[in-house]
Amino acid sequence: METIILFSPLVGALICGFGWKFIGEKAAMWTATGLMIYVCFLSWVVFLGFDGELYSITIARWIESGSLSTSWGIRVDRLTAIMLIVVTTVSTLVHIYSFGYMDHDPQWKEGEVYKPRFFAYLSFFTFAMLMLVTSDNLVQMFFGWEGVGVASYLLIGFYYRKPTANAAAIKAFVVNRVGDFGFALGIFALFFLTDSIDFNVIFASAPEIAQTELTFLWRDWNAAEVVGILLFIGAMGKSAQLFLHTWLPDAMEGPTPVSALIHAATMVTAGVFMMCRMSPLMEFAPNALTFVTFIGASTAFFAATVGLVQNDIKRVIAYSTCSQLGYMFVAVGVGAYGVAMFHLLTHAFFKALLFLGAGSVIHAMHHEQDMRNYGGLRGKIPATFWAMMIGTLAITGVGIPLTGIGFAGFLSKDAIIESAFAGTNSMAGYGFWMLVIAAAFTSFYSWRLIFLTFYGTPRGDKHTHEHAHESPRIMLIPLAVLSLGAIFSGMLWYGSFFGDHDEMTTFFGIPHHVEAEQGAHGDATANHDAPATDEAGHDAVATHVGSAAEPTSLQPIGAIYMGPDNHVIDDAHHAPIWVKVSPFVAMLLGFGLAWTMYIRRPDLPKKVADANWPLYQFLLNKWYFDEIYDFLFVRPARGIGRLLWKYGDGATIDGGINGLAMGIIPFFTRLAGRVQSGYLFHYAFAMVLGIAVLITLMTLTGGSE
Amino acid sequence: MNNLLSIVTFLPAVAALILALFLRGEDEDAKRNARWVALAATVLTFFLSIFILTGFEPSNTGFQFVEEHDWLLGLKYKMGVDGISVLFVLLTTFLMPITIAACWTVETRVKEYMIAFLMLETLMLGVFCALDLVLFYLFFEAGLIPMFLIIGIWGGANRIYASFKFFLYTFLGSVLMLVAIVAMISDAGTADIPTLLNHQFGTESFNLLGFHVVGGLQTMLWLAFFASFAVKMPMWPVHTWLPDAHVQAPTAGSVVLAAILLKMGGYGFLRFSLPMFPVASDIMAPFVLWLSAIAIVYTSLVALVQTDMKKLIAYSSVAHMGYVTAGIFSANQQGVDGAIFQMISHGFISGALFLCVGVIYDRIHTREIDAYGGLVNRMPAYAMIFLLFTMANVGLPGTSGFVGEFLTLMGMFQANTWVAAVATSGVIFSAAYALWLYRRVVMGELLKESLKSITDMSRRERAIFAPLVFMTLLLGVYPSLVTDVIGPSVEALVSGYETAVLDATPASQIAAQH
Repeated sequence: METIILFSPLVGALICGFGWKFIGEKAAMWTATGLMIYVCFLSWVVFLGFDGELYSITIARWIESGSLSTSWGIRVDRLTAIMLIVVTTVSTLVHIYSFGYMDHDPQWKEGEVYKPRFFAYLSFFTFAMLMLVTSDNLVQMFFGWEGVGVASYLLIGFYYRKPTANAAAIKAFVVNRVGDFGFALGIFALFFLTDSIDFNVIFASAPEIAQTELTFLWRDWNAAEVVGILLFIGAMGKSAQLFLHTWLPDAMEGPTPVSALIHAATMVTAGVFMMCRMSPLMEFAPNALTFVTFIGASTAFFAATVGLVQNDIKRVIAYSTCSQLGYMFVAVGVGAYGVAMFHLLTHAFFKALLFLGAGSVIHAMHHEQDMRNYGGLRGKIPATFWAMMIGTLAITGVGIPLTGIGFAGFLSKDAIIESAFAGTNSMAGYGFWMLVIAAAFTSFYSWRLIFLTFYGTPRGDKHTHEHAHESPRIMLIPLAVLSLGAIFSGMLWYGSFFGDHDEMTTFFGIPHHVEAEQGAHGDATANHDAPATDEAGHDAVATHVGSAAEPTSLQPIGAIYMGPDNHVIDDAHHAPIWVKVSPFVAMLLGFGLAWTMYIRRPDLPKKVADANWPLYQFLLNKWYFDEIYDFLFVRPARGIGRLLWKYGDGATIDGGINGLAMGIIPFFTRLAGRVQSGYLFHYAFAMVLGIAVLITLMTLTGGSE
Repeated sequence: MNNLLSIVTFLPAVAALILALFLRGEDEDAKRNARWVALAATVLTFFLSIFILTGFEPSNTGFQFVEEHDWLLGLKYKMGVDGISVLFVLLTTFLMPITIAACWTVETRVKEYMIAFLMLETLMLGVFCALDLVLFYLFFEAGLIPMFLIIGIWGGANRIYASFKFFLYTFLGSVLMLVAIVAMISDAGTADIPTLLNHQFGTESFNLLGFHVVGGLQTMLWLAFFASFAVKMPMWPVHTWLPDAHVQAPTAGSVVLAAILLKMGGYGFLRFSLPMFPVASDIMAPFVLWLSAIAIVYTSLVALVQTDMKKLIAYSSVAHMGYVTAGIFSANQQGVDGAIFQMISHGFISGALFLCVGVIYDRIHTREIDAYGGLVNRMPAYAMIFLLFTMANVGLPGTSGFVGEFLTLMGMFQANTWVAAVATSGVIFSAAYALWLYRRVVMGELLKESLKSITDMSRRERAIFAPLVFMTLLLGVYPSLVTDVIGPSVEALVSGYETAVLDATPASQIAAQH
C-alpha cells in the first residue's frame, strides 16, 4: 500500500503531463487529481492504522559502490505517517482548488494549454515530497530533497514569460543548493563514520559517533556536532531560515496554490522533518542543537518584524511562514521534536488555509495583490472572509489559556514556547523571549492583514471592487476542509504530541520512555516518570561505554529518540503560569495594536512610519538582505569569473603557452592555408587510412597465425 | 568468436575504406549513400559490441576477449577488455550512431566527413581495447588526426586557430608520454600491458639536475603520463584548448570530443597511473586533488560569465572532469567507481547538451546566448529536453549526473575533507550557470524577430535525443547496471593500489601511524 501511495502521484504526473494530448485536458487533470484523492485516502488509512511499530519496504537497488549500498526503500514509522497525511491532504486540496484558481489565468493567451502542465508539476512535487518523507536512508531523502527543489523551481517559474518569476525560480534553486551543499557534506561525513547511509545503522551508532573525533577542514571536531551542523545547513536552505531565507518571499511569484502547497505546508517544512528524523543523532550533538535554537529563534523574530510592514498579501503570509518555521526549529533545538512535528502539522492546515484564502481574495480582486488596494471586502466575499478569519484565529493562537481548548495554533505554538522556556541549552532563554515577542508580532501582522483586506473602506481601483465576486464552490470546499483542520487538529492531537506523557511516548515510540514505563509498572505519572527515566537512561549509557560496538539498548524502535537527560517535555508541563499565559498576552497585545492602528485610527500607520522612517525602510526592505547578498556574493562571483576568464585563461595560461609556441604557430598557420586548399587534407587522410589498412589486414589475416 | 574486439574496433574502419574506395561523386545520391553507409556501420558496430557486454564476466577482474598476434617489427598486436575499459567501448559504440545522425544536415564534403568519424571511432575503440603499450600509443595519437581534421575543415570561422591549438596541446603532452613508454619498455623488457601491471617500477629516490625526486622512476614516469592525460582530460590549467576547440568544432565534433575523447585521459589514469605507478600516485595525489578542486570552482566561475553557449558548456565540461580526476586520485572504491560513472554519464549528458546547442544553431546560426530568449513559446519539446539535460548537468538525483558526482565527492571526503568541501561547492555554481543559461535561452517572452518563425524539433532530432534521455534516466534510477560491471575490477585496482602503497611505506612510518 505504501508503494502505491508513493508512486501514484508520479503516474498521475506522467499521464497528466504527457497524456493530455491524447485524453484531453479535463480528463488529464482529473486523472492526476483522482489519483491524489486515492493516495490521500490510503495515507489516512496508514496513519490511523499505524501501531507504532517501525517497518521497512525495499523496492529496488540504487547506488552501490563497495561498502556503500543504497536502495529505494520505504520506512514507515510515526514521523512518516504524520508527513503522509500532511502532504497528501494538502496536496489533494490544492489540486481541487486549482481547478477554480487556474481557470482563465490572465497570464496566458486564449487557446494556450497550461493547466495540465500545472497539474503535472503539482503531482510531480507530491511524488518527490513523498520520496523525501518515506525514505529509509539519507541518499534517497536527498533525492526527494532535490526533487522537491526542482518542482519548486518549475512552479515558481510557471509563468515563464515573467522575468521576475524566472529570476525567483533560479534564486530558489541556487539558494537551496547552498543548503544542499551542507546536507551533502553531512551525508559524506556520516558515511565516512559509519560506512552506511541507512537510518537504522546511523542511529544505532550515534553514541559512538558522539565519541569520535572527525578531522574536518582545519581541525578535529566532535563528529556528531559537525554532522549535526552540516545537516542543519541543509535544513536551513529548504526551510528558509535566517541567512538562507531570501528565496522564500520571492517564491511568491508562483501561482498561489503553489505557495500554499510548497511554500507553506509541505516542502519548507522538510527541514524540520529532517531534523526530527535525525533526532537519534541530534540528541548527541548539544552544541549543534544550541545553534539550531539560535537560528530558529532569530528567524522567528526577524521574519515577524519584516512581516509587520509588507503590503503584498502573499508576502505577509510568506514571512509569516518563515517565522513559524523558526518556531519549529526552536522546538527541535531544545529537544522537543514531537512538539516541532505538532506545530508542523497544525501549521500545515492553517497556513495552507491562509494562502488559499488569500488566493481566493486575489482571484476575487482580479489578481490584485497589494493590500493597500483592498478594504471592505467582508460583505463581498463572506465565505473567504470566514475562512481567513479561522486561519488568523489559528495562527495567532486564540484559545482559553491553561486549558486544552483552542484553535490549532494556540495549542502547538504555546507548546513550543513552553518547551523553549523549559529548554536547558544556553540559547533556550533567548529562544523563549524571541518567540514571545514574535507571537505579538504575528498577531499584529495577521490582524493587520484581516483589517486591511476585509474592513474599512474600499481602496484602489473602483472597477475591480465593483466586480469582486466570491470564488466558485470548487475553491471553497478545500477552504472548508482546511478550516476544520485549523480549528480541531490542535485539540485532537494535543495529547499525542505533547500533552499526555504516556500517549506521546507510545505515539512516537520513544525508546527509553518505554523502558521507564515498564519500570514503573504502568503507573507512570509525570512525577514518577522522571527518576525512572534517569535510571533507564544511565543503564543505556553504561552499555555504550561498555560495548560501544553493539549499543543494543538504543536500537531505534521508534520514530523519535530523546536522550536520557532530555526532560524538556515534562519540564514544559511544569512551567510557571506566567510562562503559559505569556503567548496569550502577547497575542492580545498584537491584536489590540492592530485594531487601534487599522480600525480605530486608520491615519496612525502613516504617522508611525513617518516618525520612524529609517526603521520603517529597514523593515520594508527586509533588513536589506538581498542587497547585501548581491554585493557580497553575486557580483563578486561574476567579477571573479570575468577576471579568471580574461586574465587567468586568456592572458596567463594562453599567453604563456602561446608565447612558447610563438615560433611554431606561424609556421603552422602557413601550412593551414594548404589545409584549406586540400593538399594537406588528402595527405593526412591517406596516412591515417594507411595505418588503418595495415592494422586491419594484420588482424583479419591473423598476423603470424 | 575469439576476435570480437578486433571486429568491433575495425568495422568502422572497413566502412570508411569502402566509402573511400568505392563512393564517387558529389551529388545528392552520393551524399545520401555516404550517410547511410556510415550510419549502418556504426549501428552494426553497436549491436556487435552488445555481445561484448553479454559475454563479459564482471567477477573476473582480469582481461577478457584477449587476442594476441605478432605484428610488424617485433611488435605485438594485443587487445582485451576488463571491467574498467569495457563500458567505454560500449559508450563509444552507443554514441557514434547518434553522432552520425546528428551531422545529417552537413552538406560539404559529406563523404570525407563520414570517413573521418568512422576512422575516429576505430581509433577511439582501439585506445580502450589495446593491451600493448605501443599499440595504445598509436591509437591514442592517431585519434588526434581525424579530430583535427573535423575541427579544421568543418569547423566555424576561427577553426584554424582552434584546431592547431587542440593539436599542439594534446600532441606536446603526448610526446612526454612517448619518452616514458620507451623508458618503461626498457625497464620492464616488454610492452605488454597485463605484464606491466604486475611489474614494479623502481621507487628509489634519486637526484636529477639537483632536484631530489621522491618516488624515483615511478614519479618520473607518472609525471610524463600525467602531462599527456591532464591535457586530454583536460585539467586546469591546461584546459584552455577545450573551449576554443568546442566553439569551433561542428556539432557532431563537439559531441564526440566531449563525450568520448575527453574520457581517454581518465581512462589513461585508471589504466596506467594508478595501477602501474601506485607509489608515485600516492605522492602526487594531493596535488591532483587540489588541481581538480581548483578546476571545479575556477571553471564554474568562468562559465558563469560566458556569452557563447558552447563555451559555457565546454567550461562546464572541464568542471565535471574535475570530479573525475579527484575521484580517481581519491583512490578508494567510491571515488573510482564514481569517476568511471561520471565519465560515462558525462558522455550522455554533455553530448546531449552540445546537441541541444546544435539544434538551435542549425536554425539561427549563432551561438550567442543573447540572440535567443523565449524559445519555450515555440519549441516546447526542445525546452523540455534541454531542461532535462540541464538538470542532469547540475547533478539532479534521479539522473545519471547525480550518481557520478555523489560517488566521487564521497570518495574525496574520505581522502581530504578540504578538497571535498571546495569541490562540493561546485554544486552551487553549476546550478547557477546552468539555470542562468537555460533562462536566457529558453524562458521569457519571445521578442526577437529572428526567432518568430523558429520551429520545434523535427522527428530526426527527437529520435537522436531519445536514447540519450533514456540512458540518462535509466542510469540515474538504476546505476547498478554500471557499478555491477565495473565494481570487481575497481575493487581489485583499489586493493592492489593500497597494498603497493603500504609495501612501499617504510616500516618505521607505519609504526608511527599506529
